[in-house]
Amino acid sequence: MKPSEKHKPMNRRAFLRAGVQVSIALGIGGMGVLAVRRSGTEKLVWQLDPAKCTQCGRCATHCVKNPSAVKSVHVYAMCGYCNLCGGYFRPETKTLNTGAENQLCPTKAIKRTFIEDPFYEYTIDENLCIGCGKCVKGCGAFGNGSLQLQVRQNLCDNCNQCSIARNCPSEAWSRIPANTPYLLKGYGKEPS
Amino acid sequence: MKKHQITGLIVFFLLLGWHVAAQVIQRFPRPDFESGYVTPETLQPGARAGFLELVDLLVLIAAISVTSWAVLKRRSRLLVFWISMFSLAYFGFYREGCVCSIGSIQNVTLAIFSGGYRIPLTVLAFFLIPLVFTLAFGRTFCAGVCPFGALQDLVSFKPLKLDYRINAALDIIPYLYLGLAVLYAATGTDFIICRYDPFVGIFRINATVGMFVFAGILLLSGIFIARPYCRFLCPYGVILNWISRFSWKHLTITPSVCVQCRLCEDSCPYEAIVKPGPWKNPESRRTMVRKFLSGVVLIPVFIFLGGWTGSLLHESLARVNGKVRLAEELLYPAKRLQSPETKELIAFKASGKPAQELYVEATEILNRFYTGGWILGGFIGLAIGAFLLGKLFSRHRTDYEPNRGACFSCARCIDYCPVQS
Repeated sequence: MKPSEKHKPMNRRAFLRAGVQVSIALGIGGMGVLAVRRSGTEKLVWQLDPAKCTQCGRCATHCVKNPSAVKSVHVYAMCGYCNLCGGYFRPETKTLNTGAENQLCPTKAIKRTFIEDPFYEYTIDENLCIGCGKCVKGCGAFGNGSLQLQVRQNLCDNCNQCSIARNCPSEAWSRIPANTPYLLKGYGKEPS
Repeated sequence: MKKHQITGLIVFFLLLGWHVAAQVIQRFPRPDFESGYVTPETLQPGARAGFLELVDLLVLIAAISVTSWAVLKRRSRLLVFWISMFSLAYFGFYREGCVCSIGSIQNVTLAIFSGGYRIPLTVLAFFLIPLVFTLAFGRTFCAGVCPFGALQDLVSFKPLKLDYRINAALDIIPYLYLGLAVLYAATGTDFIICRYDPFVGIFRINATVGMFVFAGILLLSGIFIARPYCRFLCPYGVILNWISRFSWKHLTITPSVCVQCRLCEDSCPYEAIVKPGPWKNPESRRTMVRKFLSGVVLIPVFIFLGGWTGSLLHESLARVNGKVRLAEELLYPAKRLQSPETKELIAFKASGKPAQELYVEATEILNRFYTGGWILGGFIGLAIGAFLLGKLFSRHRTDYEPNRGACFSCARCIDYCPVQS
């Protein structure tokens, strides 16, 4: 800018422009402040509350990831280690062996390991689990409810609007603080 | 204290204790293992590390800064193109399109209108930073940073000119989209920008058939109509458009003085170059005043008509909301005689929540939609009114200039200008 231009009087158009620019700048700043003041800031992740979950099966079908980022999570501390496991066997099963026709899981994601008579440990293979919640339903109906559906945060894309949350019929989904990213029921309780 | 009171208290606490214990008691108590079995820990892997989001933010700032420099100082289309390819790779395919500035409109809206939601600072920054840069340098965000723009720029092989009437009609869609997105985000219903995001399915290679077809249509039509999403859908573009009109600096076609060579005339695939019009005789003061007054009267009329239409439509608009839909289904079971109960209805009945509570909630949401319908309609009315008013007044231009609102600052026109600085 030449020195002669520096002191040129401002014309009306330039003055109005400057006014609008300042107003927009204030508006942008104000919007940011308003958003923070009204709600506060925090990093959030999606999670579902097992206490509200009805195992409708949509977690398996509505996630943008395939297979779903929702997995059946085993809270070992709650498990009864039963031989007749409601999450492992189909309800009408007669012989309690690992035959595929006896298993509830459609992908054989639950592994059953003998520990000592008559107890078995159940482990979820998360590479196979599709999050359909069949085992969760079975465990909740006949057992302790130690199998629970949870978003695996390391697998979740954390979409701005979770596709499962939108379709959840039970209002079980919400955004929760990222530093406590799980909502496991009964977790951390001392085994009695 | 009387004896029976004490007994009563003891009974009360016993009951309370039993009640609490009953909740903890498991059907099958954890066995006492004799083989020394150790209960495995339930793993709880965390989300993406926080510092990586800071990296996203720094990449965003760096990409807009470099694009602005490339457009305004370096004046190089090639550089802008390669930055946009980088952004396509980073924000598109690596970050899989989430979170983006377009979608962040909804987060900010939700943060302002709904309690209980806390907006992540990164998301807020993704919303605000492009606005600040646009106020300073024009829509350089659209040119070099937005992965949607980059993807569509890749396919615009043979841009055609659109009829101005079609153009004007399509120009209204982004306003409608923005208004609806804000309405649905403010009522906590849905994030429709994310839901109908055509390109995220391509970035993630997991689009549903419907969205894949939508993206295909956009990209195919994008061969002939450059950047169809940006021009005729993008809700963030509406905000950027209006800010860019008042930007402090902006891309110029010529580095110094326009020589009226007309070489740049057809260079813009987005028809965002304003041609110098023939010098019209300045209108008389009388006509100017009449035009101005008609605007003063017409715009409120448009706002009112729009708002009224919006308020009439509020029930249809609210039907997108899950709670409203559920309440309707519960109230009018006759409507779904043929179809079986939805999972929502089954889950609601299983939850044991009283229906009255749901109706109260749904009514409240419906009321919000009524207010929202007025505001949305008024906003559309204002947009149409402002567009018509803009048609009444024309400003004489002597040079070829970018239309500051519509220009994406892609810098294509620069290569056509023969003037060297």
